[in-house]
Amino acid sequence: MERKGLNKVGLIFEKIDIKEVLTKTFNMSSNDIIQNILNSGLKGRGGAGFPTGLKWKYTAAEKELEKYVVCNADEGEPGTFKDREILDKVAYKVYGGMVIAGKAIGAKNGIVYLRGEYRFLLPQLMKELEAFHNLLDEIGFDFKIRYCLGSGAYICGEESALFESIQGDRGEPRNKPPYPTSSGVFGKPTTINNVETLVSAAMIIMHGAISYSQLGTTDSRGSKVFSVSGDTPTPGIFELELGMTVQEFVNEFGDGDTKAVQVGGASGFCVPRKKFQNTIIGFEGVPTGGSMKLFNSSRSMYNVLHNYLDFFAEESCGQCTPCRVGCQQLLKGVEKVKKGEAKSTYLNELVKLADTMKIASKCGLGQSVGNAFRTIVENFREEIIY
Amino acid sequence: MYQVGNLVKKLSDKHGRKRESLMPILQGIVEKHNYLTDEAMVEVAKELDISAAEVYGTASFYTFLDTQVRGKYVIRVCKTITCSMKGKNEIIQTLEDILKIKVGETTSDKNFSLIETNCIGWCHKAPAILINEIPYTELTPEKIVEIIKGYLHK
Repeated sequence: MERKGLNKVGLIFEKIDIKEVLTKTFNMSSNDIIQNILNSGLKGRGGAGFPTGLKWKYTAAEKELEKYVVCNADEGEPGTFKDREILDKVAYKVYGGMVIAGKAIGAKNGIVYLRGEYRFLLPQLMKELEAFHNLLDEIGFDFKIRYCLGSGAYICGEESALFESIQGDRGEPRNKPPYPTSSGVFGKPTTINNVETLVSAAMIIMHGAISYSQLGTTDSRGSKVFSVSGDTPTPGIFELELGMTVQEFVNEFGDGDTKAVQVGGASGFCVPRKKFQNTIIGFEGVPTGGSMKLFNSSRSMYNVLHNYLDFFAEESCGQCTPCRVGCQQLLKGVEKVKKGEAKSTYLNELVKLADTMKIASKCGLGQSVGNAFRTIVENFREEIIY
Repeated sequence: MYQVGNLVKKLSDKHGRKRESLMPILQGIVEKHNYLTDEAMVEVAKELDISAAEVYGTASFYTFLDTQVRGKYVIRVCKTITCSMKGKNEIIQTLEDILKIKVGETTSDKNFSLIETNCIGWCHKAPAILINEIPYTELTPEKIVEIIKGYLHK
């Protein structure tokens, strides 16, 4: 198993001369840019981890004249707050990443979809955008970025739900295929990337693919911004090289009594103490959009699970039955077991239900409820029952 | 109840009259009046030339596009895990005591609404709330009393 240990990195928040990066981009061909991103090994930083270069390549291959770059700033996963920090501190690098993506795929329009909870940032972001647009004019780039605001729906972080929301509809995920690369927002070829992915792309163009790919492991190249919260003396945002174990993470951020780490938020995986040593944080182990929540031995994992299920029951868009009914039944089910109204073996039935949701749900929300459910129930069964 | 007047017209002039203009228009109404009345939604439907059911369908999907009466200041208390671990209940208790309303209710002077919400992205500074769009973090019962006092004098 390839390991890197815990290393702090300062790429994402590094202050750079964006004009230099944009000028460089201006003189690169679409193919050059895509090849650079492919070589870097960059995978999507929102959680799903699709190779960014491939996404751009597929969108670039579409013949349509009208294409879009969408920045997914609908950061709603419980425990992530890094995109807000990135936008707050280095929005110009996000915009820069969008221009690079635009040049790569042949798009002239970018849309940032910002979650409604971050509306307080908008005046500042718009001001920076104005300055950025002036810079684009100076260089001669034909690219315009605009903002769309969300209104408090977690599901809109799902790419196709996000498109629906931009179009003024209910944020209900679409059937796939077609994928966004061929039919995204307004039915046009679209590349949609997370805030951090776009900044990473800008850094790759600036420093080169090779220097970026030296960070991390074979399956998880580069660095990642982690949002650390829960029972930790040092909550906050930390950029770390990928490839560390959960143990190494806990050694740095734990309070000495960590019994579990929830990696990847409510839709992620619960790693119990006995697995800290052998679990890598990255695509070869537990993938994460950056949410890292630490729980110490004073916490009831029943409360944690109940909180997550309550979250999903509310945030399920209700469009497909496995997710709509499944989330509610899982919630009711654990309550019944806790109260002694159902036998402890009922938990096995609930795990089967979660597995069914994984297979039968339409989008990532319903498909990933089972991640936390299974890992918490399997590792902390007695806490759920008694 | 409020009179929507020519606000819908103004917002439509600003954001356009296409389907994609719907969200920013509804958000603009909520920003000014805190919630959407049936009349406001019908007005938007007329302006965009779509069915009122379409407008309601979109509005009712989004938690921040309230279709029931909300106060001038909407207090949303994060109830997701970290805030819940770090004292959300004490914050709710304090707010209920000073505003004399329960979660989900609006004060009789229509100044404050108290609701719970899902993760607002301040887990490292929990517990956190939003009052309209402004976040307040690392709250204690003492701090929240001071914050509300500030709003009472606005």
